[in-house]
Amino acid sequence: MGGDAWRLRTGLAILLLLALAALAAPGVAALLGVDPEVPDILARQAGPSAAHPLGTDELGRDILVRLLVGARVSLAVGIAAALASTVIGLAAGLLAAWRGGWVDAALMRLADGLLALPALPLLVLLAAMDPAALGLPRGGALSDVLRIVLILALFGWVGVARLARAAAISVLARDHVRAARALGVGEARLLRRHVVPALGAPLAVAASLAVAGAILAESTLSFLGLGIQPPASSWGNMLANAQDLVFSAPMAALWPGLAIALAVAGAMLVADGLRPRSG
Amino acid sequence: MARMIAWRVPQIAATLAILSLAAFLAIGAMPGDPISLAMMADPRLGPADVERMRALHGLDQPLLLRWWAWATGVLRGEFGYSRLFARPAAEVLWPALRGSLVLLGTALALAAGLGIGAGMLAALRPRWRGAVDAVALLSQALPAFWLGILLIILFAVTLGWLPAGGAPDAGGVAEAARFLVLPVATLAIAHLAAYARHTAAAMAEVLRAPWITAARARGAPESRIAFRHALPNAAVPLLSILALDAGALVSGALITETVFARPGMGKLLTDAVMGNDHNLALLALLLVAGTTLLATLAADLAQRGLDPRLGREG
Repeated sequence: MGGDAWRLRTGLAILLLLALAALAAPGVAALLGVDPEVPDILARQAGPSAAHPLGTDELGRDILVRLLVGARVSLAVGIAAALASTVIGLAAGLLAAWRGGWVDAALMRLADGLLALPALPLLVLLAAMDPAALGLPRGGALSDVLRIVLILALFGWVGVARLARAAAISVLARDHVRAARALGVGEARLLRRHVVPALGAPLAVAASLAVAGAILAESTLSFLGLGIQPPASSWGNMLANAQDLVFSAPMAALWPGLAIALAVAGAMLVADGLRPRSG
Repeated sequence: MARMIAWRVPQIAATLAILSLAAFLAIGAMPGDPISLAMMADPRLGPADVERMRALHGLDQPLLLRWWAWATGVLRGEFGYSRLFARPAAEVLWPALRGSLVLLGTALALAAGLGIGAGMLAALRPRWRGAVDAVALLSQALPAFWLGILLIILFAVTLGWLPAGGAPDAGGVAEAARFLVLPVATLAIAHLAAYARHTAAAMAEVLRAPWITAARARGAPESRIAFRHALPNAAVPLLSILALDAGALVSGALITETVFARPGMGKLLTDAVMGNDHNLALLALLLVAGTTLLATLAADLAQRGLDPRLGREG
């Protein structure tokens, strides 16, 4: 059906654009002379103007700058959670494929169990835990981000592990790997030199999907009030605020949702473009 | 099939037992246990009273023992009380489960119907394929809660046709249906895309089979080929997608309920977690997980029923 390169390019362009926007956040804030966390009671729910290109929210904070700061949170959580998921998933998948037997069975049953369960109620429960009990500092945006990344990685590794395991099993059965083993190459070196590099393509797909899933999950948790805590802004908690005001300022709900959809679609397009086509 | 049930039901029970233990430990790490809440509410309570109350309620016991006491109680049918609602937990849980099942069932029927229709369209009319693909990507990228808010803005705020959320106090089925339209639409739109994509893939696969060519050569009309020859065979992989998607569908229902402030398991669970109602949160989690696992089992059983070959292999 073609168009794969197009998907990859579009997806990468979207993510790059969002990353640039995230990097530009402090610059734009300085340019407009606004602080995204300080309320300005006299300029509540203002329409778009030169000072506030997208208007202000219910506390008079600039919506554009809050969106850009939210992009930092969403992308940071998405990428960090995907990275953590990929590392854990790769390790678990490799271990399962290499050891086989009961290790394989135990890891895959665990993965099946996690996949079969509805993720949201589990995420909600975990997100409500005391961060101190997880060994994280309490309070502050950084603590929130670390907490969310940790929780998302706890579920995100499953998809990566399944893909990595399937690919590793097929690589381990290939002639050149068996030849290397017959020549007396150590197991660690075998995995490092011959198996892991061959997993690049499936891992890239799994990692992009993990980015999409993590961005969506973070925004959902923040929307429910269990993710990034105000006054720090994230697309999810901006939407939660916007919903409370849906009758007086319906347009406020537009931008954060659009941003989430754009970021998720970007990551999914990258995954689609990287996926090798069979048919 | 009996063998599959005999194998899967204990597996589900084991999953729930492990989940309850993990959740129990996680809740042990949540701020605000009942005693510290009582202490906050009553300034006359001193440290000695706290110790006495901890011992009285068994909170000085190790977590594992407390979990055992709780789990055996649940197995005996003692579900305990909800702190938030000040009522027996079971009385709070059942109506919420019913509310969620109504939403889930209606949305699933709608999403499966429309999704399969769109998927068949994409498989049979290649011109439509790009459009179905694009819509599928869009609906998978849209956060369900944003979609819900957009529908509220359009149909409740701007047009004023439908309620923005909640549940009717009175009125018959018609009134209840009015409150159901937007949540069902939100959940169905979020999931029909995945069904459409998988139907299209499964149908395209089946349509390449030699017996489809044979049917065409015999002069069977296209509609008969699509519905009699292709769809029943495509239904088997579709059921496995439905089974795999069960968890995501339940998660989607929970967030949809929260957006529309609709009474159900989703709202109950977030309220319970936020309100430090730990017993209710734990029971709600297990109920949701158990329902999902049973739904997955049902889909797997239906798949076996449709394709007896599957049973012989495993």
